[in-house]
Parts: sequence; structure tokens; C-alpha cells
Amino acid sequence: MKRKKVTIDGNEAAAYVAFNTNEIIAIYPITPSSNMGEWCDAWSAKGMKNIWGIVPSVSELQSEGGAAGSVHGALQAGALTTTFTASQGLLLMIPNMYKIAGELTSTVFHVSARSIAAQALSIFGDHSDVMATRSTGFGLIASNSVQEVMDTALIAQAATLEARIPFIHFFDGFRTSHEVMKIEQLTKEDMMAMLDEDLIIEHRKRALSPDHPVIRGTAQNPDVYFQGRETVNKYYEACPGIVQKYMDKFAKLVGRQYHLFDYVGAPDAERIIVMMGSGCGAAEEMVEYLTEQEEKVGLLKVRLYRPFSIDHFINALPGTTKVISVLDRTKEPGASGEPLYLDVVNAISEKHLSGELKFAYPKITGGRYGLSSKEFTPAMVRGIFDEMKKEKPKNHFTIGIKDDVTNTSLDFDPGFSIESPETFRGKFYGLGADGTVGANKNSIKIIGEGTDYFAQGYFVYDSKKSGSTTISHLRFGPKEIKSTYLVNTANFIACHQTVFLEKMDMLSDAVDGAVFLLNTKASKEEVWETLPEKVQQDLIEKKMKFYIIDAYKVAAETGMGARINTIMQTCFFAISNIFPKEQAILMIKDSIKKTYGAKGDKIVQMNFDAVDKTLANLFEVSVPGKVTSKIQLQPAVSGNAPKFVKEVTACIIAGKGDDVPVSKMPVDGTYPVGTAQWEKRNIALEVPVWDESICIQCNKCVIVCPHASIRAKVYDKKLLENAPETFKHMLFKGKDFGEGMAYTIQVAVEDCTGCGLCVDVCPAKNKTKTGLKSINMEEQLPLREKERANWDYFLSLPEYDRRKINTSSVKDSQFLEPLFEFSGACSGCGETPYVKLVTQLFGDRALVANATGCSSIYGGNLPTTPWTMNSEGRGPAWSNSLFEDNAEFGLGFRLAIDKHNLQARELITKYASEIGETLVNELLNADQKDEAGIYEQRLRVEELKRKLSGSKFDKDNDAKHLLSLADYLVKKSVWIMGGDGWAYDIGYGGLDHVLASGKNVNVLVLDTEVYSNTGGQMSKATPRAAVAKFAAGGKPLGKKDLGLMAITYGNVYVAKVAMGANDAQTVKAFIEAEAYDGPSLIIAYSHCIAHGINMGTAMKNQKAAVDSGYWQLYRYNPNLVKEGKNPFKLESKGLKIPLKDYAYMETRYKMLTKSDPQTAEKLMKLAQQDVNDRWNTYEQLASEKQAENKESK
Amino acid sequence: MNLETNYLGLKLKNPIVPSAGPLSAEISNIKKFEDAGAAAVVMYSLFEEQLEHEAFELDYHTSVTADSHAEAISYFPTELEFKLGPDQYLEHVRKAKEAVDIPVIGSLNGKSLGGWTEYAKKIEEAGADALELNIYKLATNPSISAYEIEKECLDIVKQVKSSVSIPVSVKLSPYFSSMAWMAKRFEESGADGLVLFNRFYQPDIDLEKLEVIPNVLLSTPMDSRLPLRWIAILYGKVDLDLAATSGIDNEKDVIKMIMAGAKVTQMLSSILRNGIGHITDVLTKMIYWMEVNEYESLDQMRGSISHKNIADSSLFERVNYMKALNSYK
Repeated sequence: MKRKKVTIDGNEAAAYVAFNTNEIIAIYPITPSSNMGEWCDAWSAKGMKNIWGIVPSVSELQSEGGAAGSVHGALQAGALTTTFTASQGLLLMIPNMYKIAGELTSTVFHVSARSIAAQALSIFGDHSDVMATRSTGFGLIASNSVQEVMDTALIAQAATLEARIPFIHFFDGFRTSHEVMKIEQLTKEDMMAMLDEDLIIEHRKRALSPDHPVIRGTAQNPDVYFQGRETVNKYYEACPGIVQKYMDKFAKLVGRQYHLFDYVGAPDAERIIVMMGSGCGAAEEMVEYLTEQEEKVGLLKVRLYRPFSIDHFINALPGTTKVISVLDRTKEPGASGEPLYLDVVNAISEKHLSGELKFAYPKITGGRYGLSSKEFTPAMVRGIFDEMKKEKPKNHFTIGIKDDVTNTSLDFDPGFSIESPETFRGKFYGLGADGTVGANKNSIKIIGEGTDYFAQGYFVYDSKKSGSTTISHLRFGPKEIKSTYLVNTANFIACHQTVFLEKMDMLSDAVDGAVFLLNTKASKEEVWETLPEKVQQDLIEKKMKFYIIDAYKVAAETGMGARINTIMQTCFFAISNIFPKEQAILMIKDSIKKTYGAKGDKIVQMNFDAVDKTLANLFEVSVPGKVTSKIQLQPAVSGNAPKFVKEVTACIIAGKGDDVPVSKMPVDGTYPVGTAQWEKRNIALEVPVWDESICIQCNKCVIVCPHASIRAKVYDKKLLENAPETFKHMLFKGKDFGEGMAYTIQVAVEDCTGCGLCVDVCPAKNKTKTGLKSINMEEQLPLREKERANWDYFLSLPEYDRRKINTSSVKDSQFLEPLFEFSGACSGCGETPYVKLVTQLFGDRALVANATGCSSIYGGNLPTTPWTMNSEGRGPAWSNSLFEDNAEFGLGFRLAIDKHNLQARELITKYASEIGETLVNELLNADQKDEAGIYEQRLRVEELKRKLSGSKFDKDNDAKHLLSLADYLVKKSVWIMGGDGWAYDIGYGGLDHVLASGKNVNVLVLDTEVYSNTGGQMSKATPRAAVAKFAAGGKPLGKKDLGLMAITYGNVYVAKVAMGANDAQTVKAFIEAEAYDGPSLIIAYSHCIAHGINMGTAMKNQKAAVDSGYWQLYRYNPNLVKEGKNPFKLESKGLKIPLKDYAYMETRYKMLTKSDPQTAEKLMKLAQQDVNDRWNTYEQLASEKQAENKESK
Repeated sequence: MNLETNYLGLKLKNPIVPSAGPLSAEISNIKKFEDAGAAAVVMYSLFEEQLEHEAFELDYHTSVTADSHAEAISYFPTELEFKLGPDQYLEHVRKAKEAVDIPVIGSLNGKSLGGWTEYAKKIEEAGADALELNIYKLATNPSISAYEIEKECLDIVKQVKSSVSIPVSVKLSPYFSSMAWMAKRFEESGADGLVLFNRFYQPDIDLEKLEVIPNVLLSTPMDSRLPLRWIAILYGKVDLDLAATSGIDNEKDVIKMIMAGAKVTQMLSSILRNGIGHITDVLTKMIYWMEVNEYESLDQMRGSISHKNIADSSLFERVNYMKALNSYK
């Protein structure tokens, strides 16, 4: 049968089979598996049917634990059910997995295997998560490539029905889940043929039903539990045979034969590598290469890992086996070896002891590789095979890193490459926002679908959410592509952004005769002189061909804006000669129609125009024979950076993190703060420039800045004596800080992301040109040098004394130093202004518990992190535990602080005579309600420490304890932060409990109304009528009213804020929340790119949300009850504009009017009703209570 | 009493037609128009530029953030299909036709010549009984001559007329140097009627914010003087059905327009101010006025006070100060 060839990634391949062969799908987003759920949700929303003609039901749960629970329930109710997950999500499913397996329930969970958060979180791929489920009773079956994902998904689905053992079907996160590959798509007939209908009916018959009731899930005692547990053995014994049976059936049907263990290599191999997952591709390439060199090597690919069939394993090994090296993509600290290694050792030992081993007991070594998607290349495989030749090969080794601490790592030659010359290998450097990745995905599809070539695409992103760099790795050619690693010898390199040339050694991977395509403003004649020395050198020495295009010019002329994707793609096809030019153009246009057709003819035409204009602007440049440039690659950080930043952080920034040895890495995940300041990213094309002549000194630009890159200072004007010539200043207008004070607004142009929020909120207009304000955007490059000096000078000016600042006013609060700066958040981020405000107000005494999500990524993803400290060395201490437990994690901070404070207070009294009664009394009874009180207490604590530091206390344990606890006498501020996915969904149970605890913690919910970090999936905070992933047809129900729920406790301080609508109310709420001696909850409207809005004017969206009454501003302060006042203050006017006037400013709402106008209209009416109803409730709350209070008086 | 009038070849029971505006975006309002006695309805305008803008906006916001971060390859569902063309509008026209018996007149504001003809055809296919071309353009470019602008307007009419078979009227701006000449050229280009006049956005300045406020003010009865004059002037000079719009508030305004030569009067602001029931009120009062003043039909009064039927036709043609000079004499 002729099957369709499709160019898709691993997630889509798994989702395709899962969707087609299940009735119920319960999902929850987690990287890198989210896309599987998204595909299924989208297909279900479109009404696509599975192989039985049923549209599967797709439900998003509140957590993976919830998804597993629903899966368990649906299975028990007889439905074919599946789910998708990874990493922490899989861990949350474990309790249910024991149940599902214990009850012998047929299901397949598809897992894009990912690292587990240990010393740090990582979203990338390894087998740590899957390995943690070994004891659940689930079968574990691995796929090594995108094709295998589709095939194995079906084999597992077929096998589970007969075996009654549930399966985890896993494949490597990112490397396989996100690799785009041309594969053969299974047909519905294939799936029908593989699945036994009788077994499906049997599965259904086992369902719980009142029509034939049974009881399942009993509790058992010591007498029978054990026996009950042993009943399943025969199923596990039979399982491998059943899986092989379906592998064979599949082979007959489709032609691809799989085995539980697949051996490749020399039939008489002596050195065998055993492994599973995508790394097998790289290993197989090397095995093929070495066997051609007549080396006796082989690779055993493990497919069915659980149940582990010793017989099948042993039989798959050549009889000539002498050395086995087992590679595990996981780490189990403290174990005698990693899991697969131990299984192999056990299998060999058992067979050896029973006399069934067909060869002498081999040497067996185990090694770890590829953690968190660490590259695993044929060169590394060669290193391992070389090691295996040794008399005493290293055991428990690592490969791919340099372990200079415990010396586990094997040596290998990183320059050794066996990439096939017949295969095209291209690397494309782009920006996230320029569409490079999208274009390359399209190119792969065009080539994959337009030729008989094999094709592969893999895409690498940096960790920043603004100005992120992307590198696309493309391979295609007549030979099957098994290269499951990045392109390291390229014959085509494209640089889509000129600025990269000075940051990256771009042509180092180019082979001789390779092509270099550069997007540049420079002309054919001028371009040579703009290239760095190293680039010129590579172009000459490698005899490269050099092409240029001014893609931004073409984009501007054709209305494409900053999207140069189509233009660069056209260049690629024009140069690479994969197809004749005319044919390529037709194919690109066809692809454009497919990609943009849904967005209307005009968009298609605009892209067509761009294609047509490109060729006229593409030039070949003849490479001169001589290097003339003096331009050098820029250092990653300045010479002034601290040692760690220079030695480690700088390497990571420069893309050389793979070279950092173990000895340079902190042992326990602890990192210095304040590193973002050293990474001068220079990503803004335009930056704000202050016009002091019209400034009204309101500091609104400062409070809204998401990146803390525009700041205000008030200082003694005498300090201006040494100021750089271009340093701007004006006389401070107020008298609050004394006479003769100067005022400056300074921009960190190298850290600014150019969002323009500051310009948008600036209220001061130029009287002669009202289009200009006191802050205006100007080109960054001409300003860079002088503003760098001005910024340095600005930083050298002293911070104003915190004790004298009226922190409750917006203006004055912005003279407080931010201790959260230059994060990697999106340009114009709506969350970070709130986070920054916390650090300004309380940062020098704050502990921050941060839920996993956007805020933990822009807050804590290496290389550099934004949390920093002041000149006294104080600043927020930050940590991220998990997604689901953040409130509890933060409560733990408070419990520890309170206990330490109590211990310190008790110890002080013990040492009253040594310390002095007065100081003790002052320390114990200090008023720390304001900055002055805290300042005084800090002085007292210093005094206390001095008094306890004498030699007479050297052997006094209590005194030592008191010294170590003394700082807890100063008030600490606990902040629990996270997004709505955490607060409304996965962490709600914990949050609710923590709010009910009565403890003094401050909860800040950065409410973007979707799971922003994983790509905009619906949460319970998503409003009715908005489109989100998992709510493609518009969210049918209203937003959960988290604030009102918390208010019902009566003793929780609750505020709802929107900085763009009322910054003064925001500041007040933060101060009150922190001052409240009990739990506080602030729900902060956070605009987000997932809303589909112009981020530079997003504060207007906030205002509109409030004006419509959708987002109410209020403060509920339980303290007011004691004063006989109504604790609830409604602070917005509400219902000033219809909801739709706000909502349709945003793509998330508007797109529904274009995809399903009738539903959009219906939902908008209901959403307006929600607004009206809620507003009535709040008005009542604001008024009724007062009445009650009057009565009570 | 015969209130019947023939406009663009459509036999209308009276001369009251709600003009293009937001009310017609709801089918229920269109039904209310009919119930209130409206003789036909002009739908709100299909703006080609807006459709384009929406498509670009949607494309931009759903794609600019895509493929930028490993965890979020996109931020919106990718499998959605959008109705970004005129489909929604056309569906609305279809529904309006199903909902009421009165004629439904489509309204179109194109951007490109291709857009004008393509959308005109689609509106016809959707069932519109006639089409009003809302040639909505403010000539602000100093390098484009009046001739070029006039030619463009006429080309649009020619092209649209050649592509549809339903009658076509042209809603005009009053800013032509030679309105009568232009009206004649529209006639030659195939137009069936003229709607006088279109009112543009009237930006204001907010002195607090020092910003331009783009808003539309509802028309006032004073605004009716301009169409009144031009209908009176053009009546009989061009073989076109003339529709009056702007500032028609009450029965007297309607009667005046008919007397000046209008076939129909289009109302919007007064309906927005007073509600859809205002149509009934105007009709009732109009009948009463006609009874009191012994008029039998609209045909009887149409054009009776146009330039060609009054004693001193210069009264419509002269500018005010000339009139003042005359009176001095």
C-alpha cells in the first residue's frame, strides 16, 4: 500500500496515533509534551474523527495528577483513554499509574522524556522521568526517531489491549518530540488492522457499570495483599511475547520490522553498546562507519525496556560479545549503577549463572550520556568504543562532558565527524521574531514533500523570551538520516541578523566550499569591510561562496515588517539549487498558500510579493583574497565582571556552555545573584530618550518598565561635577528631599528591549510638537557609547536614603532601587513591573518562592538571572521548587523564619546581661513598620553581633546559635509568586491551604489568564469568550473569581490590581499586603504576548479591562473590620465601556469572531453578563457591609 | 395617500430608508426597521481596508511570537480556520434578506479597484437588491490632482457597474470642485443614483490630553442644508435617482428633500437618537402634514421646489453674500 509521506515532528506523530485510537484524552500542558495535547485538542475542536468515526473527547485538567486521575476513571468506565506528559508531570501521575497497572488496565501514555528538576529545572530531554516510573508496573517502550514514534505508538496501543499491561511509550524530549522529519504516515486502515476489536470490547466489558456491578479498588490487609500483588506475574511474563507479536504483525502490514531488542552492526561484533532512545541514531551511524573499517562493533537498541525480557535480550546479542557498554540517559545518584546498566548486568549474570550464556562473561561497563539533551554525537560513540578496547575500560563513566572532579568522563575527539557528504547540512541563525524557524520548517516540508529526499529539521532556541536567538539545523539528501545531533559540519550557513556576526563564530562549522548567506544592509561593494576578521578569514580559507540580501528592505517594500522568513527562504532555494529556480518559486508559493491561506488572500499575496522581489535583491559577492578587517568577536561580558561570571556565565552566553567542566559548576544549584547586568544584549533597535525640558517628574516611565532599564534618581546636584558631558539632569521639583537636589531619568540602552511602554505612559507632551513626549524612542546604535558612560555614572550616584522616601506614592516609590533587573522576559512583559515593584519596596528583606512558569524562567534560567542585591549586599533570596507546590514552599520559608525569630528572641533574653537590657528590650520590641524602623533594627542587630563576637563566646554554643539567628530579628518579607496556571489550577489546593493558615505570607498572582510559559493554554483564569490553546473554540465558561474565594476566609488580605489602570492603587495594595500580619493575596492583571496585543501600548489594555468592569480594582483589608469599617473597597469605576470595546482590542478575543462568529457573539453576550453580575456582587460587597457596620454601631 | 417612490428601480412604499450604520449589524434591528415602516434598508458598509487590516493584524499577532522559545512554539491554537474575507458581511446580507421583505441595499467601501468589483459581485450574490458605493476618500495628497481623483471615482463606478447587474448608487463626498459636472459623469459611468452626502470622521482636539480625538458626531438638522441645496440643483439636470442623507431629523426634513427632488431620504442620527420607532413617528407626521396641506402623492411634490421649478433658480445657486447684495438692491 502506498502511504502518504508527511513532514512532522515526534509529538505530532504520537498525537496522530493516540487521537486515532482513543476515545478520551485527558491533558495538561508541560514542555516538551504540550504539543501532543494541543494537536489533539485542535483536531477534536475541528471535529476530526478517530478510526471508529468518533470525535475523541479532549479535556484539560488542573494538573498531571488530575489528568492521570481522569484517565484512570475513564479507563475504569471502559473508554480507550490516553494522555501525554513529561518530567514532573509524569512524576505526578505515578500514584495513579500504580493503580492503573495494578488493575491490569490497557492504556498507553505518550511521554516526551525530559529531565527532572534536581539541582535545577531543565525542560530538555533525557530518561530521568521515565526511569522514575519503573516500579509502577507500566510497560516502558522506547522510540528512537519520529518514524518510530508513529509506529511504536500503534504497536503499544495494540499490545496493551492484549497484554492488559499499560504502557509508557516514550521518546526523547526535543530531540525526537520536536525534530521535524519526513516520515511515512500510517493509514486508518493500518490502525484498524493492528487493533483487535474483540480486545477493545473486552476492555469495555471490564468497565464499572451499574448494569453488571463489581467493586474495584478495595483495601487489603496483611493476610492477602501480598498474594494479590503476585497475581499479575503471568501477565508480565507474557507481555514481551505479545509486544513482539504485534511488532511482527506491524512488519507484515507496513514493512518495518521491529524487535524488542534490535541489533545492528557486525554479526561477529565483540564490543557492543546497549542503549535506547534517540542517541541510537548517532550510535548506529558510528557503528556503520566502524564496521566498514572492519571493526567488530555493534549496537543493541532496547525498545521494550519493561517488562525486561532477559531471554530476548540475551538472544539479541552476538555470540561473539566480549565487552558491553550500557548507556543510560539518566542519573541515579547513590545507585550502584544506572537502571539499564543494572538490568544488563543482571541479565548477563543470571544467564551466566544458569549456564545459558552463549559467550564468556563479558566485561560490562555503564555510562551516562546526554542528560538534558546534551549533545550525543558519533564522535562520542567512537570515544566509548575506543574505551571498550582497553584492558580495564572505565566503568560508571560519563561522555560528552568534562568531569574534572570525579574524573568519570571519557575522552573523545569533538572534531571528528562522519556526516555524509551526500547530505545537505545547513545552519540558519535567526531571531525568534524574524520567522527563521518557521521558514525552515516550511523548507523542510517543501523538500520533504517535493522530492524523494529524506529531510530533517531541528531547532535550537536560547532561553530568553525577548530577542531570542534561534539556530535551525537542516539536513536532507538521498540517504536515510539517522543523525540525531546538531549539524556540526555545514555546507550552508545563513545569518539572518547581521548583529550575530560579532557575537558568534558563525563559520567555524562551515566545510570547504560551503555557502554563506548574509542578510545585511550593506551593498555588494561595501559588505566585505563590515565583516569581522574571523569571518573574512573563514570565507577565504574555506573557499566559500558568499551571498547577500537586504531582507529588511524587501520586507519593508512588501509590507512584511520584521518578518523576513519568506525572503530568506526564497534566497535559500535560489542559492542551494535543490530545485530549478522556477520550480522552487512555485513550490514556495504553494507552501505559502498552505501556511497562510487561513489568514486571507492579502497575507498570501504579501508573501508572494516578497518572493518575487527577493531574487532581484539577492547578490553573490566575490570573496577577495585578503583579510582586511580588524573587527573582532565581542567578549561575552565586560572585564569588570566577577570571577564566576567571567569563568562560567560568559562561556554559557557565548554558546560554549558545553565546555564548562564539572569543577566550575556549583555543587548544590546555588548561584550568585545580579548576573543579568553583565550580559549586555543590545537587542533594542530603538530605545527611550529623555527630554528633560518637559519632564514633570512623575516616574511613571520607571514603574512600568518591565526590565528596570529606565530609572530615576534624586541626588545632590553637587554630585554632577564629574558627570559625563551628555549626562542629562534637571532640578528636582519637589522639596521633600531638601533644597538643591537634582533629578535624572537614565536609560540602560544596552539592557532595554525597546518595548516602548515608558513612552506610552509618559503624560508630558511637547508643547510645540505634541507627537513628542518627555520620553521618545530613538535609534539605539548612535546612542550606545555615550549612554553606556551615562548609565555607569548614574549607577555611581548614591541611592537615596530609603528611610526618607514616602514609599506609598508612585513617584517616590520609584526612587527605590530595583533588585530585579534586565530579565529575559518578553519585551513589554506585563508581569515583571509587579515583580520589580516588590523588590523596590521590600527586596532587601525578601524571600521569594517562585512557581515554575514564565517568572521562574525569566527569573532563574541560566546563563544570567535578574535577581540582584543592593550595595549593602542585601537583596531578594529566590528559589523555585515546583509548579504545584509553590504556596507550600513559601509557607515553609515563613515557618522557618518565624521559628528562627522565636529562637533568636529566646536566646537574647538568655544573654540579657551580656548584651544589655536596653538593647535586648529594643531588639524584642522594635517597631519595624517602616523603613526607618527596619534600619534601626538592623543597627541593633549589628550591635548584638558585635557584642557576641568576643572570644569569650567562642565555646558557647548558644551564643553561636544566636549569632547565626540574629538576622532573623529583622523583619523578613515572604513573597510567593507565580502565574495563574499555578494559582488557579495546579497549585490552588496548596494556595488555598496556605491562605487558610493565617501565616504572614504575601502571594502575588501574575495573572496572564493562560499558561504563558508553555504557549498559552487555557487555565481557570482564562476569561469566557477568549481563545486559548485547549479552548480553540473560545472558553465557554467564566473566569474563576480567585479573589472573592479568598475574601470568604475573612482574614486574608486580598487586592486586585492593574498597574496600567491605577498605579497608585497598585503601590498601596503592595504596601498594605506586606504590612498585613497574615496571609495576603494580590491578583495582578498581567498583559501578555499570549493575548495577541501590541505590548508597547498594553497598559491601555489594562485600563480598558478596568473601565469595562471586567477587571475590578479593589482592596479587602481585614484590619479595617477592627476599626468598624467596611474591609472591602471597590476602587474602579467599572462598566464605563462595553466589554467588547476592551476585549476586541486583543487577538485572543477577536480571533473567535473570525473563526466562529456566531459562538463569538454568543460568548461575548454571556461574558458581558458575567461582568455585570460580578460588578453587582462587588458593588454590593462594597456597600452592604457598610450598612451592616452602621447597624452594628 | 400615496407615499410610494421608485428608487434605483426598486418600488418603495415610502421614502424613509435607514442609512448605512451600526444598527444594521443586528438582524433584529433590521426587522424592527421593517416593522417601524422603513421602505428599505442600507446595510452597514463592508470596508475592504478593514478586512485587510484585520487579516494583517491577526497574522501579525499570531505569528510574531511563534517559534521564539523552546517551551512555546506558538501562543495560539494553530489549526483554526479564519473567515477573514467578506464572508461574515455576506452572510449577514443573506440573513437580512431572509428576515425582511423590504429591499436590502448593500454598502461597500473598497480600497483597490479589484476589491471594489470582487466584493460588489459577492454582495450581489448574497442577495442584495441594490448596492451603494461608499466612495470614502479624503483627498489629502498634494501631488494628486483633482482630475486623478475624479477619474478614480468614475473608474470604480464603471468597473462595478460592468460586474454587477443590480442597481448601483454612489454615496458622495461634497468636496468636488464641480459637483454638477461630477454628477453628470457618474451618470455617464453607469450609476443609477447618487446619495448626497457622505459625512467623514470629524476629528477633534482634546485640550487636556493634547490629543486628536477621532470621533463622529451625529448629524444635526443644520447638516441637511447641503444635500438639500445640491438635490435641488441636480434635480432634472442628471438622470439619476437622488437620495438625501445627513441631518434628516423629522417629517419636515423629509418633505423638504422630496420637494427639492429626492427619491428617498436616508436617516441614521435621528434614529440613533430617538430609537427605531422614530421612523413610524416621521411617517405618521408626514402623512398628517400631507393631508393638512392637501398633497396626494410624493410624485406631486417631488422637485416642486427644485431649481427648475422655482421662480428664481439663482436662490439655490448663489452664495450668501451675493444674495445679500441683491437684497440691498
